[in-house]
Amino acid sequence: MASVAIDEVYKSFGAVEILHGVSVNIEDGEFVTLVGPSGCGKSTLLRMIAGLEKISRGQIAIGERVVNNVAPKERDVAMVFQNYALYPHMTVAENMAFSLMLKGVSKPESDAGVRRAAEILGLVPLLARYPRQLSGGQRQRVAMGRAIVRDPAVFLFDEPLSNLDAKLRVQMRAEIKELHQRLKTTTVYVTHDQIEAMTMADKIVVMHDGIVEQIGPPLELYDRPNNLFVASFIGSPAMNLLRGEIATGGSPSFRGAGGISVPLASALSIPNGEPVVLGIRPEHLRLSDDQGIPVIVAVVEPTGSEVQLIGRTAGGEEIVANFRERHSFTPGETIRLTAEPSLIHLFHGETGQRFQTRTDQ
Amino acid sequence: MLPAAALLLVFLTYPLGLGVWLGFTDARIGRPGIFIGIENYEYLWSDAVFWLSVFNTLLYTISASILKFALGLWLALILNQNLPFKSFFRAIVLLPWVVPTVLSAIAFWWIYDSQFSILSWALQQMGLIDHRINFLGDPENARASVIAANVWRGIPFVAITLLAGLQTIPQSLYEAATLDGASRWQLFRYVTLPLLTPIIAITMTFSVLFTFTDFQLIYVLTRGGPVNATHLMATLSFQRGISGGQLGEGAAIAVAMIPFLLAAILFSYFGLQRRKWQQGGGD
Repeated sequence: MASVAIDEVYKSFGAVEILHGVSVNIEDGEFVTLVGPSGCGKSTLLRMIAGLEKISRGQIAIGERVVNNVAPKERDVAMVFQNYALYPHMTVAENMAFSLMLKGVSKPESDAGVRRAAEILGLVPLLARYPRQLSGGQRQRVAMGRAIVRDPAVFLFDEPLSNLDAKLRVQMRAEIKELHQRLKTTTVYVTHDQIEAMTMADKIVVMHDGIVEQIGPPLELYDRPNNLFVASFIGSPAMNLLRGEIATGGSPSFRGAGGISVPLASALSIPNGEPVVLGIRPEHLRLSDDQGIPVIVAVVEPTGSEVQLIGRTAGGEEIVANFRERHSFTPGETIRLTAEPSLIHLFHGETGQRFQTRTDQ
Repeated sequence: MLPAAALLLVFLTYPLGLGVWLGFTDARIGRPGIFIGIENYEYLWSDAVFWLSVFNTLLYTISASILKFALGLWLALILNQNLPFKSFFRAIVLLPWVVPTVLSAIAFWWIYDSQFSILSWALQQMGLIDHRINFLGDPENARASVIAANVWRGIPFVAITLLAGLQTIPQSLYEAATLDGASRWQLFRYVTLPLLTPIIAITMTFSVLFTFTDFQLIYVLTRGGPVNATHLMATLSFQRGISGGQLGEGAAIAVAMIPFLLAAILFSYFGLQRRKWQQGGGD
């Protein structure tokens, strides 16, 4: 086991720079997800930790050792690939034993290692099969088994669940998390799925266009996103964002398009007339009889456990609200939604940076 | 079905059947033969030239195929890397295959000429030899020369097909193996080679069939000489049957090639069967 220190790392492919100075500290035994939309550089960063891509500038250290010029096989990392990359001509057992065989581990010892890993993952009945004879979830498990057998310092996962169907994905998600709790090996997990990131990680690194937008525990990112990107990326359905400005006459409030007015927590240090973006999570919106934002109901989606409502404000902006209670709405009717001032997020209208509110301190 | 069957009948079954039938007759050009049983084969059985041609054909096929495989695989591995002007080199490699065999054979004829050989000239200029090499006049040299020409012509086919096979191997397998600790040789030994075997089986079956039935190169370069040292079964069959007019005997030599070809096809039949790891569901 080992920590991983990524320090001001840059990566260019020819003239195109795709990582612009990324720094992340990963503690020993931590489960960290790198999350972001496609093209944000998260997979490249993972491949640089593995040694499959050269580091253009900056340094990466695994444990105490700087690995910039260390060959992949010397780095003591194991990687699970998106397409699993199982050797099709080897059985499950041979796939798992391959790294041990290359290391010159004796046959009985290697068999024991494979057996141990297979037991952890429930692969024992499949050991004699070939990858083609396995289902997607089983292949996924073999790929993890191949990583476990080596007992590496760091596990790297590159979007391992994206080839699985939704149900299996949820199941494997839990399995990977359980595996980490059991083995406590430092894990770096790349995904574009923020739900995966939220549910599995001790720490999330949100990346966008080659930079780190925010690093923190899942709930901190959810409760206090640093900027508009993180606010809109983390959470499903996404945070409602309304453009407008600050009005400080009397008690401070937010004035948005179509005459919307939302009262804000007092003691705001934002000047009058400042352009801002107001953010409210869908589950923080409440129904109200006489005050709040008027919303015209467009679509109602009952899922059983909750009701999701999609509506439009007078300014034409879309608003999504989630209710645990079973309200019955009719499309076309106008309802009013409010939110606790303490649950409201404010971002700068131009830079997208978060305004610190009292609850942040 | 019917048109296909008719085509097969007219263009494959009939000529083959006629050839086999002729082998059992004493037909000559201009004279329809009569059935003489296996007399032609009895004659060939005790014919030293025929056995020499069998030996030559096997030597030619085996050595040329091994060389083509080794050099073709090597070339394919080089072309599979990220070279500058990659597609240009791939196109160039195909040239020997694209040029009509007779033309390249004539070019080789000049290269091997006893008086004007550019090889002899170049080696002499470099001071490596003091008199011209008799490429096609000496039995050993002639055999090596025709094999070299055949290898030159056959490499592109092997290289390009194996290259196509190499490109179907996912990059992530190499990355996974690299992380598993494989050296370059081990990547080749444990990933490339096993995944390439199905393509190798197809390619080499075809290559062996082409080489075994080769005719043009020999006919242009040596016509089987010197003293039958480079006669293949195909050229001997032509010489006896067409040039010599003994249609029956020529046909018998041609028919004698069939067991060898059948063996090659059987080999490929087993070689081409889906391996155990290729069976089962899709990806």
